[in-house]
Amino acid sequence: MLRRNIHLLASQSTRAGFRVSTGTARRWYSAPTLSGNFSSLESRDVEHFATILPSTSILSTLGPFNHAVEELAAYNSDWMGKYHGKSKCVLKPKTVEEVSKILKWCWERRIPVVPQGGNTGLVGGSVPLHDEVIINLSNMSKIRKFDPVSGILVCDAGCVLENLSEYLAPHKHIMPLDLGAKGSCQIGGNVSTNAGGLRLLRYGSLHGTVLGLEVVLPNGEILDQLTTLRKDNTGYDLKQLFIGAEGTLGIITGVSILTPAMPLAQQNILLALPSFTTLPELYKLSKTYLSEIISAFEYFDRRAYDLVCRHTGRKALTDEEVGDSQAFVLIETSGGKAGHDEEKVNALLEHLYSMEENPLINSGTLSQSPSQFQSLWGFRELIAEAAGKEGKVYKYDISVPVSEFVNTADAVRKQVGDKVKEVVGYGHVGDGNLHINVIADAYTKEVEDLLEPFVYKVVSKHRGSISAEHGIGSMKTQHLHYSKSDVSIDLMKRIKKLFDERGIMNPGKVVPM
Amino acid sequence: MRPTSVNYLKVLVPVKRCVDYAVKIRVNAAQTGVDTNVKHSMNPFDEIAVEEAVRLRERMPKSVESITVASIGPPKSGEIIRTALAMGADDGIHVEIDENAPQPEPLGVAKTLAELIKKKKNGDVDLVIMGKQAIDGDNGMTGQMLAGLLGWGQATFASKVEVLEGEKEVKVTREVDGGLEEIKVKLPAIITTDLRLNEPRYASLPNIMKAKKKKIERVTPESLGVDLKPILETIKVTEPPKRVGGGKVESVDELVEKLKAAGVV
Repeated sequence: MLRRNIHLLASQSTRAGFRVSTGTARRWYSAPTLSGNFSSLESRDVEHFATILPSTSILSTLGPFNHAVEELAAYNSDWMGKYHGKSKCVLKPKTVEEVSKILKWCWERRIPVVPQGGNTGLVGGSVPLHDEVIINLSNMSKIRKFDPVSGILVCDAGCVLENLSEYLAPHKHIMPLDLGAKGSCQIGGNVSTNAGGLRLLRYGSLHGTVLGLEVVLPNGEILDQLTTLRKDNTGYDLKQLFIGAEGTLGIITGVSILTPAMPLAQQNILLALPSFTTLPELYKLSKTYLSEIISAFEYFDRRAYDLVCRHTGRKALTDEEVGDSQAFVLIETSGGKAGHDEEKVNALLEHLYSMEENPLINSGTLSQSPSQFQSLWGFRELIAEAAGKEGKVYKYDISVPVSEFVNTADAVRKQVGDKVKEVVGYGHVGDGNLHINVIADAYTKEVEDLLEPFVYKVVSKHRGSISAEHGIGSMKTQHLHYSKSDVSIDLMKRIKKLFDERGIMNPGKVVPM
Repeated sequence: MRPTSVNYLKVLVPVKRCVDYAVKIRVNAAQTGVDTNVKHSMNPFDEIAVEEAVRLRERMPKSVESITVASIGPPKSGEIIRTALAMGADDGIHVEIDENAPQPEPLGVAKTLAELIKKKKNGDVDLVIMGKQAIDGDNGMTGQMLAGLLGWGQATFASKVEVLEGEKEVKVTREVDGGLEEIKVKLPAIITTDLRLNEPRYASLPNIMKAKKKKIERVTPESLGVDLKPILETIKVTEPPKRVGGGKVESVDELVEKLKAAGVV
């Protein structure tokens, strides 16, 4: 198992933020050798794909297409500009039959493939390590059916999450998950990575809300378990394996998901806390007063707040109001009746303001309109984008006890010292999930060595997860042992071999083979 | 019209409750208007007006005596008066109309505001700051009509407002088609706000709590002697025709062919 070296050159062609850098002969990084007896992609393979798909669905630098390398650049690079593949062919099928025929051929020929959705993943799972063929599902974006009574939605895997939300809105339903990447991420990718997001506290994880899947297996067989049943105890629940498998066991082409009713009243509260130490008490009080209407409880530190204010040019509170608050909380409430929810929120606020001795908060604001509701969410949702604009970001997504949120961020800050521009911490308090973004001028081995395995060791000390929701991708395959035992990892390898004996499905990701 | 002393300006900010700008508008089943069973909030231009009044006081604390917010609307309009109070206004007047009454027209609103100003018990209003238009009607007439009814000067589409200390004038930069125009208006005057005037604040929690105790006076149009019955009749409201789908072409040559066939090239 080769130790991965990632050299992202801080060369003149690297642009600020997360713009895609085009591949040039000088841009190398040594990805691990893919273990497996793979064939190289040849023109005859591309010619065969052209008999399955229309030519507008194929991008390839090989004949007979001979497209320029730049045309495949966006597919070969991830959102952060951290991971770069060298795929020579991108396929964009429209139907499950097309996906099946593609995989049948790749299975026969032993050509490795990478399933790709919105390419918004944060752990290098959605782009090739070398020249695997990219199977991008953006063209498979039909909504198959929706039952407004049960709220069950059946759709293609390539549907963009925000588009699904907009489709459901007139029916007064919402998607059970919401995340910052909603404008680009696709539901197939969300399911493959078991995405968490901002609503998990209220609506639960995809393991619960996904009712059925249509998956094409590595050998091209179509597994149709696209049921719309809430309850179905007939044998092993296979779909649970694909949820979170990050495309290593098969390609998800269809999803059947339960969508909750749209809350009629929503509001959010942004609070500035003197320090993180008052957060646990605040969280308990919020749960007591808001009880069933609480739908999100997010935390972000002062550096993160300042970062977003710089990025958007807007502040939520005046500098006097914020003072030297070190922690911020965004609470969202969702309920059936505005008046009822407002009463609960008022009760909480009155309690907070009655605590003159040891106030839990310095100040805060309350959304007064739907537009303010959306813009206040921006202070939390735009942190990742703001970080990306400031420099190159190392992202860590960990589960540790809430009481350790600040200690962990501080430990990372101390570890990297002045070798980086900034370290910000934010996360989903309700789920114990902390995101640490380390913003550097460039991706360098020096910074990476400082951070890894340091961060994972800290997590392991708390018996936490090295990846609460982002997944393993190619970033953390070698670090899996910090969160899972050898017995677990061995069983995962055996399951991978069972589903994908030839190892063509997203090789080098998730499980260290 | 008494000459205004610049000290102790009394500011009136009319605000309107409209369908929130983030809502996706749909025509109602009867085709008489839009579906109003959706989220409402303060007209964004009125938010800017409230913000400007509050900033005026912050810039010249000794010069602004009071900021009164007024709204003409159904009972729920009281909510946006509260929001304006939370942003920093001192008190409110709610001209309450029936829940199911048709929406007042600009002339009706202007007449009502004129009566409010004439009847104001605590002394004359010196400055009215209001939104240039409401985002539901997009008429952009009320401010101008009000100025006409009162015989006051008006400075519309303001992107910058400067009260001149020691003089009884306001210097206003207006957004016009050709660019920006700077004018001076004698007080009392009407200013209507444009988008770039300021960015409204989020009301802070302490102010939200304080606002609950501020006074809102309730009156009816009848008590002011105003009839808000509409003079205009809306005959029909429909959506614009849906876009017809395009087609995909396989090559540049095909594209050129199609453009030629459409007579565009």
